Amino acid sequence: MLDNIQILIDAPPLLVQVLLDGLLVGAIFALAAYGMALVWGVMNVINLTQGDFVILGGFITVSVAQAGLNPFLGLPVAAVLLFGLGWLLYRSVVYRVVDKDLFISLLATFGLSILLQQLMNQGFGADVQSVRSGLGTWFALGGLVTITQVKVVAFATALVIGALLVWFMKRTRMGQAIRATAQNARAARILGIDTDRVYAVTFALNAAICGAAGALVVMTWIVHPYLGITYTVRAFMIVVVAGLGNLAAVIAAALGLGAAENMAGFILGAEFQLAFVYGLLVVILVWRSWRLARERKVLR
Amino acid sequence: MSGKFARTTGAVLAAGLAAAIFAGSAGAEEIKLGAAVSTTGKYSTNGAHTTNGYNLAVRRINEMGGVKVGDKTYELSIVYYDDESTPARGAQLAERLISQDGIKLMLGPYSSGLTKAIAPVTEKYGVPMVEANGASRSLFTQGYKYLFAVLSTSEQYLSASIALAAEMAETQGKEPSSVKIAMAFENDSFSQDVRAGVVADAEALGMKIVVDDQLPPELNDMSATLTKVKALKPDVLVVSGHAKGAATAVRQIAEMKVNVPMIAMTHCDSAQIIEKFGKDANYTLCATQWAPTMTYKDDVFGSAGDFAKAFKEAYDYEPPYQAAESAAAVLVYADALRRAGSTDPDAVRDALAATDMQTFYGFVKFDETGKNTAKPMALYQVQNEEYVVVAPTKWAAAPAIWPVPTWAERDK
Amino acid sequence: MSAPSTAAMNGHWGRWAGYGAILAAALIVPLVFPAFQTQMAFLWLMIVFALTWDVMGGQMGYNSFGNILFLGVGMYVCAVVQVGLHVDVAAYNASMGASALDLTMGQYLTGLGLGLAAGAVAAVACAVVLGAGVLLLLIAVIVIAVAVGLCNWLGLPPVLGVAAGLGAAVFMALRVPALRAHGLLSLRGHYFAIGTLGLGIAAGEVASGWQFIGAGSGMVTPLYPGELGGREQFFNAAAFVLAVATFFALRRLYAGRFGLAVNAIRDDEQKAEAMGLPTTRYKTVAWSVAAVFMGIAGGLVGNIVGFIDPRDVAFAGATYGVWMVLMAILGGKGTIWGPVLGAAVFHITQELFWTYLLGWQRVALGLLIVLIVVFFPQGLLGWVRARWPERFGHRVDSRAAEEAEG
Repeated sequence: MLDNIQILIDAPPLLVQVLLDGLLVGAIFALAAYGMALVWGVMNVINLTQGDFVILGGFITVSVAQAGLNPFLGLPVAAVLLFGLGWLLYRSVVYRVVDKDLFISLLATFGLSILLQQLMNQGFGADVQSVRSGLGTWFALGGLVTITQVKVVAFATALVIGALLVWFMKRTRMGQAIRATAQNARAARILGIDTDRVYAVTFALNAAICGAAGALVVMTWIVHPYLGITYTVRAFMIVVVAGLGNLAAVIAAALGLGAAENMAGFILGAEFQLAFVYGLLVVILVWRSWRLARERKVLR
Repeated sequence: MSGKFARTTGAVLAAGLAAAIFAGSAGAEEIKLGAAVSTTGKYSTNGAHTTNGYNLAVRRINEMGGVKVGDKTYELSIVYYDDESTPARGAQLAERLISQDGIKLMLGPYSSGLTKAIAPVTEKYGVPMVEANGASRSLFTQGYKYLFAVLSTSEQYLSASIALAAEMAETQGKEPSSVKIAMAFENDSFSQDVRAGVVADAEALGMKIVVDDQLPPELNDMSATLTKVKALKPDVLVVSGHAKGAATAVRQIAEMKVNVPMIAMTHCDSAQIIEKFGKDANYTLCATQWAPTMTYKDDVFGSAGDFAKAFKEAYDYEPPYQAAESAAAVLVYADALRRAGSTDPDAVRDALAATDMQTFYGFVKFDETGKNTAKPMALYQVQNEEYVVVAPTKWAAAPAIWPVPTWAERDK
Repeated sequence: MSAPSTAAMNGHWGRWAGYGAILAAALIVPLVFPAFQTQMAFLWLMIVFALTWDVMGGQMGYNSFGNILFLGVGMYVCAVVQVGLHVDVAAYNASMGASALDLTMGQYLTGLGLGLAAGAVAAVACAVVLGAGVLLLLIAVIVIAVAVGLCNWLGLPPVLGVAAGLGAAVFMALRVPALRAHGLLSLRGHYFAIGTLGLGIAAGEVASGWQFIGAGSGMVTPLYPGELGGREQFFNAAAFVLAVATFFALRRLYAGRFGLAVNAIRDDEQKAEAMGLPTTRYKTVAWSVAAVFMGIAGGLVGNIVGFIDPRDVAFAGATYGVWMVLMAILGGKGTIWGPVLGAAVFHITQELFWTYLLGWQRVALGLLIVLIVVFFPQGLLGWVRARWPERFGHRVDSRAAEEAEG
């Protein structure tokens, strides 16, 4: 561990490299996290299929690339197909658990997650898949820092999708209906909003965002039917830290997580990178409850 | 996919029914082998290679008239269960195969972890197990009497690359001990054993290990490790982490333009690094148990090349070595049954222990711990987007290219 | 009316039928179907999993995804004790099982007994520390890391650093009362669920990075020295005893003050606290109760499977960790018979899936989960109770019911 810190002290550009990789990665987490915050905030459902949507988006992009098309076309295709899947899942299962206890929906989506993983395994095989974007690499700081172009593209795309979402929420009828439902579903219903449809769109939209994220993931790393859980957990962590309904905070938290994780991987060794992520989750949750308890005391 | 599924399920159901109905009547003309192989979970791709290898060999042997044991001729068949890639499940299924389905002869599962979980069970019941996909050395230090492995153990996977690194250092007029090694291994049973082999070799030659990272199975980003590699400029980078590790490493080494004179890995072919990454995969050294270009042969499949052809015809893809070794395991069984002249597990075990044969996959001769000592590992190098055997010298089609050109040179 | 929670409400017929069925299964199966012993042993263990999960999830309303932690801790501690009594554990694991142990029956049983006890103690320690002292733990770890680093730098023995860290934690605990009760158990609702989920996975990751216990290569438990078939019989019996002990211990606990207290926490924690109930203490005790039995179960599972894989056997959150929740919900959480029933139904269904739906069993499992939570959120027992309330000793006022419906 100390040796690794020594490396960073000796060659500071590497610090830039590690942080930069982490930040670029964080943008993809941000997409999945924003979708999760949306579903959580509007429907009061914690969706554990989040990561599997991401992976499925990746597999769809692989299929697009195998059909000889530009892999970047996979992004809209995955988003559209996953929108459909999200709609279908809402209409078949999720609508039954929306008004139930949060834990019930947690378990129901967990079941769906196993189902999706397994169906992906049957459909696409358990091969590790990836797609080459055909982009290159930039060098900086005397060649010590390499910036993979596809990561930059992914980062930018994530920001664009984020901006589009904000526009959608603020400017369209549906977006406004979604926000109204999130604030008070009952009042929204009384005012004539078809909340069931709002829920369906919300869930489907979330799936579409995840699908787009998946397309970016498969061009940056690899996908595999059983890799979804890591994205689910990271998305959840980010939402817990950032709170619901605040895109800027979600992005900031996501970038922070990406950077912290990559630093941990460098300093502690890769074997403890995931342990660090999950440990951090526990600490964040406890810290949050501690802060809330203190706030309660102050209020008294 | 679903067609195959239906067939397998059908076969298993039928076998199960047959077992239920004819239990005790000593299945007149058939010898049933049992296997718990991963059809789902993280090992399902390699599990499929394994079952394909088993099935092809069984089919071929039956087409050639079956196995003559004593004065009776039997056909072979296999009862499968899915271990879901988890050891707990594997052990239970082995128990079920033996005690409920009455299996007397077992074939191995895929992966060292699963074999580790199953071996105590087969040992307990005195049922021989010939396995083709559990390479961990620790399997053969337990004093197991009924476990036989046709493949080379995992500590040998990358030793050839370390030896090559030492050789190259010497041609440069440097001491082998000046070589610096960076290692990134998944922390699962198999990869850790590969790592142990590399560490032992490195110590023997006095080489210095400068990076020693262990990758969790869910990790799909090696950039932190590779940044370290960039900083410390080792002479060799060794990576092992099943298909995921190989794919991630090849991709990120190319993207981050990491320059290392020698890069060695396992599972290149099951990760399909050439198909997926094209020229970025060039110069990678890959450990392999077997290659279709080798000159071994037997009278069931013919030569290694013939096996590759038969496999391609049956399953429509090139056989990875996992399939070849699995098929070889069945051949070893057929041979042992013939020599034992009986289907009694103990007689078969003794015959297995005395095995000394050539198969298309290589020579098979077990030492007293049950591992095959007659077959060396081989090393491929990806040259011009093709696998070329570079070691051992006997099958080397071309010398290894060393040092690997830098990315600046390659991108020109 | 508070939700009925004790076996007393389940009606006599059901209870005696249950006892009868279990006793029959325990006695007859080993005699008639000796081949099914391991499956039976797992059935008993599943019952323990479901029952102990229900202490928190059903009775107290704290849905934990992290009880798998206790299973893994119990398993590793038990194995380490079993091995450590005879050889050096680090060397044993470094050789990856090369130095197989050859034990006599007496040695084996002593090792196992001590191991199970140690596993239970360690699991409880984890429950207490993680439940009520994560922040303290964190402080201790940071201080220890810094102090050990300093000691190394100054050339002092690292023990000093550890001592300093522990001292600092104790000091903080005494001086800052707000820190004392801040662990996972201070999380509410789904935060608790996800926090414990993270805990289970983190534990698996740490175990697979820790060389002492074999890291990712896992650890081989000592072989049972008895004769052929004896091992299955022995562990089947041990698992049965554990299940029975768990069942009666929990029944006893639920019937008393503890049961009332945890139910009060489930129904309204704020109010319970306002009424002067020491909620943190009860929550910690409840988690510890679950931990004791899970720790022992872990020791048994490790020995039955024979090979401890850190992620797939010990901290197997995706299998055992989720199953225990499902089994309890399937049967009916918050009852004592519910988890037993759920475990039996689930385990048998699962075995059938494995046999007859080869390759699709996990699809079936996913569907089953969805169906269970969507259609039986109250569990089989809850569903039966809603259909025939009289059988459970509830009186139904038909007029009031009609009014309510009308």
